[in-house]
Amino acid sequence: MGSRVGEMIAGTTPIPAPLPKGEAFLGISSSSGGGSGWGWFKTNSLFWAAVVACLLTSTNTPAAELRIGLSGEVTSLDPHLLASQPNLTVGRHVFESLTDVDPQTRLIPGLAERWHAIDTTTWEFKLRRGVKFHDGSPFTAEDAAFSLTRPLSIKGSPGGFAAYVRAIASTTVVDAHTLRVKTKYPYGALPEDLNSILIVSKKHAQNAGPEDFDAGRATVGTGPYKFVRYQRGDRLELARNDQWWGKAPAWDKVTLRVIPADPSRTASLLSGELDAIEHVPSADINNLNKNNALRVLKTTSWRTILLHLDQYRAQPPGVTDLNGKPLAANPFMDQRVRRAISKAINRSAIAERVMEGLAVPAANIVSPGVFGYNSALKAEPYDPEGAKRLLAEAGYPNGFRVTLAGPNNRYINDEQVLQTVAQLLTRVGIQTRVEAAPMSAFLGRVRKEETSFALLGWGSFAADLSLRSLVATPNADKGYGAWNWGRYANLKVDALMEQALGTVDRAKREALAREAGTLAMQDLAFIPLHHQVVSWAMRANLNYVPRTDEFTFAHHFTPR
Amino acid sequence: MLSYLLRRLTWSAATLLVMSLLVFAGVYAIGNPVDLLINPQADQAEIARATALLGLDRPLWEQYWLFFRGALGGDLGISFAASVPAIDLILERMPATLELALTAMLIAVGLGIPLGLFAGLHPQSWLARSIMTLSTIGFALPTFWVGLMLIMVFSVQLGWLPTTGRGATVDVLGVPLSVLTADGLRHLLLPATTLALFKLALLIRLTRAGTQDAMLQDYVRYARAKGLSESAVVRSHVLPNILIPIVTVAGLELGSLIAFAIVTETVFAWPGMGKLLIDSINVLDRPVIVAYLLATVCLFILINLLVDLLYAALDPRVQSGTTR
Repeated sequence: MGSRVGEMIAGTTPIPAPLPKGEAFLGISSSSGGGSGWGWFKTNSLFWAAVVACLLTSTNTPAAELRIGLSGEVTSLDPHLLASQPNLTVGRHVFESLTDVDPQTRLIPGLAERWHAIDTTTWEFKLRRGVKFHDGSPFTAEDAAFSLTRPLSIKGSPGGFAAYVRAIASTTVVDAHTLRVKTKYPYGALPEDLNSILIVSKKHAQNAGPEDFDAGRATVGTGPYKFVRYQRGDRLELARNDQWWGKAPAWDKVTLRVIPADPSRTASLLSGELDAIEHVPSADINNLNKNNALRVLKTTSWRTILLHLDQYRAQPPGVTDLNGKPLAANPFMDQRVRRAISKAINRSAIAERVMEGLAVPAANIVSPGVFGYNSALKAEPYDPEGAKRLLAEAGYPNGFRVTLAGPNNRYINDEQVLQTVAQLLTRVGIQTRVEAAPMSAFLGRVRKEETSFALLGWGSFAADLSLRSLVATPNADKGYGAWNWGRYANLKVDALMEQALGTVDRAKREALAREAGTLAMQDLAFIPLHHQVVSWAMRANLNYVPRTDEFTFAHHFTPR
Repeated sequence: MLSYLLRRLTWSAATLLVMSLLVFAGVYAIGNPVDLLINPQADQAEIARATALLGLDRPLWEQYWLFFRGALGGDLGISFAASVPAIDLILERMPATLELALTAMLIAVGLGIPLGLFAGLHPQSWLARSIMTLSTIGFALPTFWVGLMLIMVFSVQLGWLPTTGRGATVDVLGVPLSVLTADGLRHLLLPATTLALFKLALLIRLTRAGTQDAMLQDYVRYARAKGLSESAVVRSHVLPNILIPIVTVAGLELGSLIAFAIVTETVFAWPGMGKLLIDSINVLDRPVIVAYLLATVCLFILINLLVDLLYAALDPRVQSGTTR
């Protein structure tokens, strides 16, 4: 809808209704920054002339350009180097994957038109025909097979795209458009995993290192945009790939700017230098919402914020009685204590006030709509009296002391969330001290097992994948529970999760994953706090379908 | 002079050694960079593999020895996050930072000395008083806030200048410079002003104090007695004398400008070394942190050397070969 340049011209030029004075000021700067408008022309007629002129140029020029402000630093254009969201964001403009996901994280066809499991360990992918790389060479199963092995052979990469291909035993090119993937064990999540592996051109990437991708020599993909220029730490310039098989994007030229400082990113949007920004700072959301020249779009993100509890040590660090003496037993091992903690937390207050609306109270291991979500689970209502009763029942009528650890630079308002949780827990008798640190220092402490009560955020395409990392009994041989900091162990959950991951029938797998997740949540393997809400702000004449997976794609922005 | 130079180089090398040791120990104490860089879906085996791949599973002394051996041969290691040589990342970003710092210094010197001179010559005038008040404000305001305010006023409200980023560049001897293009200058003005403000305040105060002090000296009185005009007195007697401490301070402050640029670069999304350092610290990208420190120390050495040369040119007593 309205994605062609021609349609943009036909579309009515949106002349904004006269704004209240305060906003008109912002109005002129946000629509004039790209062109000739100067702020001091505030004489009314000149003002409107300038606005109209700028709107005309911005919608009528044949070379439609979109400038987006990204929040995270892009470290490399090599799509197999570092599995960070910013790197994948830019990568997905140039490259594509075999399987894709829609804005609600559900699998849809990508470079593979369809796929199915031949047996429990063999998947067959039917590749899209007539797809060409940016250099004009055809995309074939050879490129796909090559791309699936590259993450393992790439040197010096700590980024771990290998995690997505670890289940693969071998790949077979049946014909130019058929790829068979054999897995080491029955593995139903292969289509999800392959969504993260971007397909590169074998010809260009075979002998290429990260510097070849940064320079653009190997940055040859099949995606909607072609590489033009990359300046590390500053911007990536892209041009539309007119040969793309998908619906042609509205923008001939795209500039992705990296502006991690929140206020500066907002200012660049307000001044009109950018057309859209991702991750709107929670402090600015209300102001941007009131600005008629702009709009803010939001959706529930896949990132769930949760609290891990030590459930393996008799005397976890930081957990003592009220006099600082060790307790007789680890209170977190008692489900009643975990329930009391959950009841003591006022999730809706956190969502509304601390998070300024950028959160939804959580009861699930995955966000609403994600594979394996159970809508029957409801967030634990705030019940401080019930929490006190449960604590008394568990043998802690006067409570105890804990230390809550977490990052202060990773998730939305993370430190304020920690402080609020600590106050709420202290109110029911669990005297809580907060230890917030930058993610790097915090993770270091977690890995040294110095924390016993810690905050973590997690996003995933499927409940069984989340369970495997967060809840499964840690087992290095099987690769389970790498992020199960509390070493929660529940054989029943393990068995169900394993069964789900081994099921190639999606309906059956989802039922199993849902059951496993529900079980883990009913037992409070960890305390779910909230699902974050992800936001974008853009000019009022733009539209975007907010994505649960938080990705920002220029080709999904449309004029309106 | 040669022994002085040698002594200096030895000291610099020692500084470098201690710094790199501190960075190694610091990063080691904080945590494993792999935890921050790894894909969350990675399992234990994958985390171990990546750790071994970066050599982070070895004992600290061995990691340091490997770095040291490489560094002697000019290899400072490969960035964990970008997988390209760390020194390349630094050199790629260095022109942006130097350009910003030098422009800021130019603003500070170009405005600071005349304003300070005026304030020193006419201490009672209202203009001198306002200059001094402004310089106090320049000292007091935090860079982060000043930067944001400048953005809000000149970019968002007035729309005169761009908010963030670096403008178009032209290559001069292979070095991309943005000061030579109109677009580049427009982008440079706000961050350079932000960065210059503190130094400007400092130079104003320094120049004023120097001027006031010089005006009371005997040589000024004799010059006046000789019948020289007031402007000639200032030009040929006051200025050369007060310039010596100013050059020293300005030179040393240039080094700190480069270091201070970190905050300004973050606010203005200026793709310089400072922004790179922040990003690298966030993910414990040790090779880049070490390379940054090395580059900065080398810059300091170079600047100090230039200051000494300038000093000698300005002060005949130094020129005559007497070492201090």
